[in-house]
Amino acid sequence: MEHTSAIQLKNITKRFGKVVANDSVSLDIRRGEILSLLGENGSGKTTLMNMLAGIYFPDEGEILVNGQSVTIASPKDAFLCGIGMIHQHFKLVDVFTAAENIVLGLEDEGKLDLKAAAGKITDICQKYGFSIDPAKKVYDMSVSEKQTVEIVKVLYRGADILILDEPTAVLTPQETNQLFTVMRNMKADGKAMVIITHKLHEVMDVSDRVAVLRKGRYIGDVATAETSPQKLTDMMVGHAVSLNIERPAPENPTPRLDAKGLTVYDAMGVKRLDNVSFTAMGGEILGIAGIAGSGQKELLEAIAGLQGLSAGASILYRPIGTAEGDQGVELVGKTPLQIKKSGVSLAFVPEDRLGMGLVGSLGMTGNMLLRSYRKGVGFFTDRKAPRKLAEDVMEQLEVVTPGVNFPVRRLSGGNVQKVLVGREIAQEPSVLMTAYAVRGLDINTSYTIYNLLTEQKMKGVAVIYVGEDLDVLLELCDRIMVLCGGQVSGIVDARSTTKEEVGLLMTRFEKEAAQS
Amino acid sequence: MSAVKQHKEPLLRIAKRDGIARSKAYAIRIVAVLLSLVVSGIFIFTVTKLNPLQVYEAMFDGAFGSNRRSWVTIRDAMMLLCIGVGLAPAFKMRFWNVGAEGQVLLGGIVTAGIMLTFGSALPTPALLVVMAAASLLAGCVWGVIPAIFKAVWNTNETLFTLMMNYVAIQLTSYCVALWENPFGSNTVGVINQQTKAGWFPAVFAQAYGLNVILVLALTVGMFLYLKYSKQGYEITVVGDSVNTARYAGINVKKVTIRTMAISGAICGLAGFIAVAGASRTISTSTAGGRGFTAIIVAWLAQFNTFVMILISLLLVFLQKGSIQIASQFNLNDYASSVITGIILFFILGSEFFINYRVIMRSGKEASK
Repeated sequence: MEHTSAIQLKNITKRFGKVVANDSVSLDIRRGEILSLLGENGSGKTTLMNMLAGIYFPDEGEILVNGQSVTIASPKDAFLCGIGMIHQHFKLVDVFTAAENIVLGLEDEGKLDLKAAAGKITDICQKYGFSIDPAKKVYDMSVSEKQTVEIVKVLYRGADILILDEPTAVLTPQETNQLFTVMRNMKADGKAMVIITHKLHEVMDVSDRVAVLRKGRYIGDVATAETSPQKLTDMMVGHAVSLNIERPAPENPTPRLDAKGLTVYDAMGVKRLDNVSFTAMGGEILGIAGIAGSGQKELLEAIAGLQGLSAGASILYRPIGTAEGDQGVELVGKTPLQIKKSGVSLAFVPEDRLGMGLVGSLGMTGNMLLRSYRKGVGFFTDRKAPRKLAEDVMEQLEVVTPGVNFPVRRLSGGNVQKVLVGREIAQEPSVLMTAYAVRGLDINTSYTIYNLLTEQKMKGVAVIYVGEDLDVLLELCDRIMVLCGGQVSGIVDARSTTKEEVGLLMTRFEKEAAQS
Repeated sequence: MSAVKQHKEPLLRIAKRDGIARSKAYAIRIVAVLLSLVVSGIFIFTVTKLNPLQVYEAMFDGAFGSNRRSWVTIRDAMMLLCIGVGLAPAFKMRFWNVGAEGQVLLGGIVTAGIMLTFGSALPTPALLVVMAAASLLAGCVWGVIPAIFKAVWNTNETLFTLMMNYVAIQLTSYCVALWENPFGSNTVGVINQQTKAGWFPAVFAQAYGLNVILVLALTVGMFLYLKYSKQGYEITVVGDSVNTARYAGINVKKVTIRTMAISGAICGLAGFIAVAGASRTISTSTAGGRGFTAIIVAWLAQFNTFVMILISLLLVFLQKGSIQIASQFNLNDYASSVITGIILFFILGSEFFINYRVIMRSGKEASK
């Protein structure tokens, strides 16, 4: 099938200071085709697309839209060329409705006619198979609905070249399938589409062609039908990579954390966690699955002593080597510092890395200090040990940073995550909790992290892994606890369960509520 | 597609710098100062027909023209620096302490009170120690009150500290009325003018030597405290993200109150220096707006107390200079304020060129 070119990039180069983000990249984006842009973290995918969206301006090279050379100096220019980008972080006004957000910034003549806009929005939705309510406020929307608003927003402006930057990172498997249906409908309508994603099975599923970038260079493109995840990974990384997660059987697992009746209400009085009970075993990885916002965050924070729990809750901790009948230490009612002082070595990789796990304005050394600054009796902090640790983490996890004192806020997402995971594992924990430990990480680094977690498990650590990629949960974990609306909807054996079973458990209570 | 534009690069673009050599950053700042002098020179000439060089000479004369003037400039810069050093930990913690004005006044009131009451009872060294301790305590209390409200009830510290200023001003007015001397003057007058009891003694034959020593000691101490101490680390973490602080087991309430105690205490001590070390009297203008100016000092220096020395000196120099040119050339206050404004504008504006670079269409990168 012949496709006409929508966009041609010719020898695009973009530098940030000394870093070459894109090095003479040439790329074709065609109509009626879904192109996957693949590459490791920092390979320049988002930078390249941002130049099409008018956010960055290329240092060298030429952009042709429909065969004509154009200048895209601002997002407005991008829209004039028919290019619309859906960013990783949504840019919506919370207190506005869907329709208000969609027309926001348009300079139409005459009065603002929201009714006509709503009509046009409904037409777009019907055409491609979306469903949104134009009058719904954004703050009432789920993540997937917000994403739909973003997509409709660019379609409303007449975009026929759509760029989606990691659109599935925040979606459930079901929502992802919905999105892919819509994308196929748009493809049939002759639109050109680019999707950036790290998930190879999605690449295989939805795209027609795959273009691979590595370290800012264009490596090549292949038809999806003629390739495989293994081949793509090798192209991305530059050498062969094993895509199997090793899962040794747990060696005599012992109960480490015994949680009973955990109930959490948030500041607004909404029940976020509802009578959750489970046991985390030392020497195994307990996976936690669930739609985003099902209580994962509250559960981990409750264990870490950062959430107030309702009466009747109990979390008993048994250190490594505790005798059979030993009661253990009660963690409920203790502050994080008291938990630490009572001898619990708890490592926690929270979801909000810069907002909770790290100090953005400090460098790696300053962040290593966060766990150890109390050590020593003096008034002043010891900086030698954290500096050494920072250098070790930098080397072992291949953190890309100008130096150990460079503010971590200015590092890329993947590197920020490495700093956090590296510090937490270095604590030699007995319980290791991670929330979306590989979110935004490329394949290579993700597998490094999986291996680190398995290593910890074999050391007898109780690992709690909150994840979103069901394939990984099924391959990595020993048991999976599924949360739905703050309740435990099931705990299954990861070796014998299926993706479908877990997927159903994720929405179990919603369906039951709908039926009754 | 409605309009396809010609392939043309915009004339000017800006890009964020990754980092900049220290020497280059200073070069940019120096160029900014020189440019500001040129621009204000043009302003001076077009508006007043005066020779700009003479005007600059007069400014310098106003600040450093004589030994006495130099020491007054230094004394005032030290005062500003002292308050800035006091504000640094609070602002580093992102606690908007706009109440330095009140904290300084409280320190001043207790200093003046002790000076009046015990002036004849205690020898000056003992008196100084008592006054210093009392002013530290008074400023500390004035700083801790809003901190407790913030920590316990999460009140807005900006409004709270601001309101505390007005309470402090009223307290000062009350004390001025109480200690009025001579009767009917509505001022306290110079306290212990004959005995000089409780006045700062001359150090190295300099009347304001002690001011300099005290404030510089605080400057060094605060630098070490913020950068290398465990408590300073906690302040950085709380200022960056309260959630990260909780995650790390830091007691945010405790750190908030402790930091404001230190911040308020140093501002209180500034009141002691202002009364015992400079004016030897107390009035509602003892703080004189320095509590607010010091916020600029603290932020501009990015809480680096050594950089604050330079900024305090610059601000006081501009202030003294503009007073001098206003009187010497019969300019009104506004003209000299405009000159001060132009100079500050260029110095602040230079930070833009330190953080960003401008790229011309030809692809050549202008560094300035």
